[in-house]
Amino acid sequence: MNMKFKQETFRDDYTFGNSLESIRRFPFPFDQDEYMYSVNIEPHTKGEPGSYIEFAIDIDEHYVAECEEKKIVLNDDPQRYIALPHMVDAQWDMVELVMEALSTDYPDQFQLTKDGDNWHWINKPLGVDQAFIFGDESSLSMDPFEYIGRQVQGDWVVLDQRDGNLFADMGIVTAQADWSAAFDAGMSFQEWHSPVPHANEMGIFDRALKFLLTMQYGSPIRRLNWTMTVNPRLDTSPENYPHWGPDNVSVTPENIGKKVHLRVELQALFRLPRSNAIAISIRCYLISLDELVVYPRWAKRLHRVLKNLHPDLIEYKGLTNYHQMMIDYLAPMDDGAEIGAGTQRE
Amino acid sequence: MTTLTVKVADVEQVTDVVKHFTLVPADGGALPPFSGGSHIVVSLNINGRIHRNAYSLMGSTARVDSYHISVRKQENSRGGSVYMHEEVKPDSILEVSYPTNLFAINKMARRHVLVAGGIGITPFMSQISDLNRLGYDYELHYSYRSSEHAAFREQLEKMCGDKVFFHVDSAGSQLDLKDLLSHQLLGSHVYICGPEPMVKALYLLAEELGWPENHVHSEQFSSPPMGDEFKVKLVESNIELVVSGDMSMLEAIEGAGVDAAFLCRGGACGRCELEVVECDGQLQHNDHYLSDAEKLAGNKIMPCVSRARCSQLSLKL
Repeated sequence: MNMKFKQETFRDDYTFGNSLESIRRFPFPFDQDEYMYSVNIEPHTKGEPGSYIEFAIDIDEHYVAECEEKKIVLNDDPQRYIALPHMVDAQWDMVELVMEALSTDYPDQFQLTKDGDNWHWINKPLGVDQAFIFGDESSLSMDPFEYIGRQVQGDWVVLDQRDGNLFADMGIVTAQADWSAAFDAGMSFQEWHSPVPHANEMGIFDRALKFLLTMQYGSPIRRLNWTMTVNPRLDTSPENYPHWGPDNVSVTPENIGKKVHLRVELQALFRLPRSNAIAISIRCYLISLDELVVYPRWAKRLHRVLKNLHPDLIEYKGLTNYHQMMIDYLAPMDDGAEIGAGTQRE
Repeated sequence: MTTLTVKVADVEQVTDVVKHFTLVPADGGALPPFSGGSHIVVSLNINGRIHRNAYSLMGSTARVDSYHISVRKQENSRGGSVYMHEEVKPDSILEVSYPTNLFAINKMARRHVLVAGGIGITPFMSQISDLNRLGYDYELHYSYRSSEHAAFREQLEKMCGDKVFFHVDSAGSQLDLKDLLSHQLLGSHVYICGPEPMVKALYLLAEELGWPENHVHSEQFSSPPMGDEFKVKLVESNIELVVSGDMSMLEAIEGAGVDAAFLCRGGACGRCELEVVECDGQLQHNDHYLSDAEKLAGNKIMPCVSRARCSQLSLKL
């Protein structure tokens, strides 16, 4: 794989942008003209070569810049990494999951060699060369989960399973869409989902939880979630609301194409073998409206989804200030023709 | 369901009715790691029909070059355990599921009280491996009929030291569950695996003594019991099929080519739950998953172990 990593920022001067290749492989989430919550879970199996689901953990052109951004956030606010003491087995499960996946799927960039519990990890893009003992915390400079969490794109939350429920007892969360790991730590599945409008009375979380409790190791699953973000900012955390909240009112009809980004989360869930915990990877993909409308079918679809969006969801996703502006921006690109179901580009 | 192909490396007669099987990867690769209390589902092709039985993994969770299961020969069963005892030999090839854990220790517990009856000792063998490794506080009570039924006693003494207590019915040293449950630290969790009357007794005592419901854990896999023949209508697939007396409803549904969800196939996990549309007789719930209220309501059924005494049962599938 010929991978070029971009130098770019997700704050201040916001130099983030997508190459044409990155636009092509964007996880566009809308398969119909109307959007409502659904469990929309499917097996996390290999997708087409070059797609965002070709591999269990997706590494793309933003890898190095996202890891750098993660480092900045963790340095400013170390509480973005949380691990309760009983999650020690899950820490090592995570090391294994990430190192095995990356070294198997991107052998030019990542290498893992094992001699019993003596492991050797090479991460070329980040310049890491580390020998350590699997299971021995003193052989790494920080918690095993934080160590590997800093070397992979996306946020990770690891759920302990007990009392017929799942508890958010470990996480490394630096790119969240307005939720807080420190606030949700220790919460049950229903508790941390409670702000989502309508989903609870639809019984969605009860069904999803029941499904997750019997999820098997070796059979990961995935779903897509979405929101919008003004500026390509990964760290839209409640802790930093003063830094990004005001951006919502900076959108104008002139700058909307560059400023407003569709933010899609690929949520992949893996049962972890030693801890019986469940790891959720929340991988954030950003695309500006200007980039997205490169594909006219996507422009039409987004226009219709936004026009049909339930008012409670407009509010919940924080789109109130620029919802109509987005519709006005997209309307000239939508001839109203039937485009059928599916997320395909053309 | 993700499966593994394994080869039987060794078979050991542990007691007159228990055999211990050592399973290794058929292709020589590695086996998936697992957590204490996990089980695998073994698929057996008996006279052209696939039987799937769940067995607890017993071995160390730290070393996964092999899996260990033990099987008690059940004479009045549909033949899965008899087949394991009589037909499965060293070098036999078996298909097994990836490990699943429905009987995990609660890592927030202050203390773990493990209670095993007979062959119910098996899931604790891997749990103890985790408890020892993590340095958690526990005690194990192992109850069996007589000394010739004391499977794995030596191994347990080695693993648990002074944390294991043996209770032998024939020697008059029966386990006093009430006494055991009455003297535990606040924050203790109790785990039981054994014959159904023992499990029920423990639940009743725990309730009587004021144990929080979620501090009591059990694991029971049932085999699908035999019964009368009945007809099933799958209303969404528009298929009618017959469940013969020696077949489970899930097997009959699969036999009709309908893709139904399942996991443990022993009435424990809840994955195969189906909605009952109509039944012109009585549902026979044999699972450990639905609550008594849900069983009484009669609109859900676990086709892996439950049946109906009726002429026709309609299911939403």
